[in-house]
Amino acid sequence: MLRLPPFTYLAPRTLEQAVGQIGEAGPEGMLVAGGTDLYPNMKRRQFEPKVLVGLRGIRDLGRISGTPAQGLAIGACATLAQVASHPAVAEGYRALALAAGAVSTPPLRNMGTLGGNLCLDTRCNYYNQTYHWRKSIGFCMKKDGDICLVAPGSPRCWALSSTDAAPAAIALGARVRLVGAGGERVVSAADLYRDDGMRYLSKAPDEILVDVILPPADGWRSTYWKLRRRGSFDFPILGVAVALRSGPGGVIEDARIVLGAVASRPVVATRAAGLVMGQRLTADLIGRVAQAASEPAKPLDNADLTIGYRKRMARVYVERALRELAGLPYDGAPGGAR
Amino acid sequence: MKVALTLRINGEARDVIAPVHKTLLEVLREDLGLTGTKHGCELGECGTCTVLVDGTPVLSCLTLPVEVQDREITTIEGLARGGELHPLQVAFTELGAAQCGYCTPGMLLAAKALLDRNPAPAREDVSAWLAGNLCRCTGYLKILEAVELAAARARGDAPQPTGDGGPPAARVPQRSGGAS
Ligand SMILES: Cc1cc2nc3c(=O)[nH]c(=O)nc-3n(C[C@H](O)[C@H](O)[C@H](O)COP(=O)(O)OP(=O)(O)OC[C@H]3O[C@@H](n4cnc5c(N)ncnc54)[C@H](O)[C@@H]3O)c2cc1C
Ligand code: SF4
Ligand code: FES
Ligand code: FES
Repeated sequence: MLRLPPFTYLAPRTLEQAVGQIGEAGPEGMLVAGGTDLYPNMKRRQFEPKVLVGLRGIRDLGRISGTPAQGLAIGACATLAQVASHPAVAEGYRALALAAGAVSTPPLRNMGTLGGNLCLDTRCNYYNQTYHWRKSIGFCMKKDGDICLVAPGSPRCWALSSTDAAPAAIALGARVRLVGAGGERVVSAADLYRDDGMRYLSKAPDEILVDVILPPADGWRSTYWKLRRRGSFDFPILGVAVALRSGPGGVIEDARIVLGAVASRPVVATRAAGLVMGQRLTADLIGRVAQAASEPAKPLDNADLTIGYRKRMARVYVERALRELAGLPYDGAPGGAR
Repeated sequence: MKVALTLRINGEARDVIAPVHKTLLEVLREDLGLTGTKHGCELGECGTCTVLVDGTPVLSCLTLPVEVQDREITTIEGLARGGELHPLQVAFTELGAAQCGYCTPGMLLAAKALLDRNPAPAREDVSAWLAGNLCRCTGYLKILEAVELAAARARGDAPQPTGDGGPPAARVPQRSGGAS
């Protein structure tokens, strides 16, 4: 049996209590929301916190408020099922609804939260294994060892950012509100991440992600495409979020293209997005943008399917996502469908 | 850290004293003797441990009892009413939707939650909703058909079971789409 290691469980009712408790627990403590990422990791001994501070009893963290016209605030503990089916999210922030609806499976989406998804641990075939499996190959530097088994000469860990929601949130221009002992700060969703498979978040471990703030949605259209082996259960091995704002005559006034699961953080394809600015989307332009957007994708052999295929599919999925938004025919389907 | 908890399971209050780090799956099976909830991957990757919390399917292998103290928990033991099987159980039996039976408790509870929300699901709705429950015997088609049969009977669109051990009930014509 894979059992959880022992811990003390605290169930604060308010954010202030939670901030105090996680601060007091120090390095021994961890936050938990839905537990769908943390508990499997604890069962495999990637983490053995002595104290868990459970966030799901804090009522305010579950709220979704606002409108697409004013902007939306989504509490960190809103479940993925709630985010995926919320009318205001579907109307104004379609990429996020599609991404939340493409995470894992229906029961996991009833449990997993948006905040937990944004803080999801990075993944690697050599890391997401049981303690005994990892021990048998001598461990790696992300946990219990000192070398990288994917790139043995490398001084760093290349585990993959595998959250579906992060690329969508970044493409939509979201910001996140963080509250810790030192007070409150708001950072862009893009700035929440670091290009490091081990220290992948820029926030302090005792800072609580409180809500995700989405700007007014006027004029923006967005989509999310996810590549994985099965149509359910599987983490993304590629995620593509695209958001476009078009003006009169279909001229693109603003564009964001973000790739997930191709690096230790979501990758913002700034140069590719620049190519569409001030242009109308044609099949030819879309082909060039997709090529440019896929260039930063440098898959390593630490996720499902082959490196070459994943690299090629980055171009294909950016192309499909842009064709979808441009109203051109495309293969496949957005979201996690297959 | 041991905790004393009162859990509401299948309409009954059950007192239990267990370490806080024991999962709901472990407490149901090991402390409360409710072994109908099956223990599969323990990592969220199979769905066989599915139970309903306030009517919503969740995975008991990734739930702590302390997190669901004030909620109504339904396990497979709570599906039949006073010795009478739930219509889904009847349809599963008639159509052979249980082979080894390991995924069946989770499938039934997930399917119940679907029919409580949507009495007339299309084939795509059933398969999307059950996409978190793996059947290692891969008997998916019969499972989808059994859910549709139970739904059709509840709506009065299919004959009730005869109960005389006669020929198996007719399958419900597919409402739309193809099998997946
Ligand atoms: C079989 C399986 C398949 C999965 N497939 C996918 C998938 O396809 N795509 C995907 O993106 N994810 C997937 N997941 C991962 C996970 O289910 C989701 O990412 C989920 O949204 C995590 O949310 P949670 O609330 O359960 O996080 P938790 O497990 O509670 O927490 C995850 C991490 O975030 C931290 N944390 C949680 N909430 C906060 C907060 N408010 N502030 C600060 N830190 C916080 C925790 O300390 C922990 O480190 C899968 C998981 C499983 C088991
Ligand atoms: S990328 Fe290297 S160091 Fe990081 S988890 Fe994988 S094997 Fe370990
Ligand atoms: S045992 Fe819970 S999902 Fe497999
Ligand atoms: S009937 Fe055997 S696992 Fe589904």
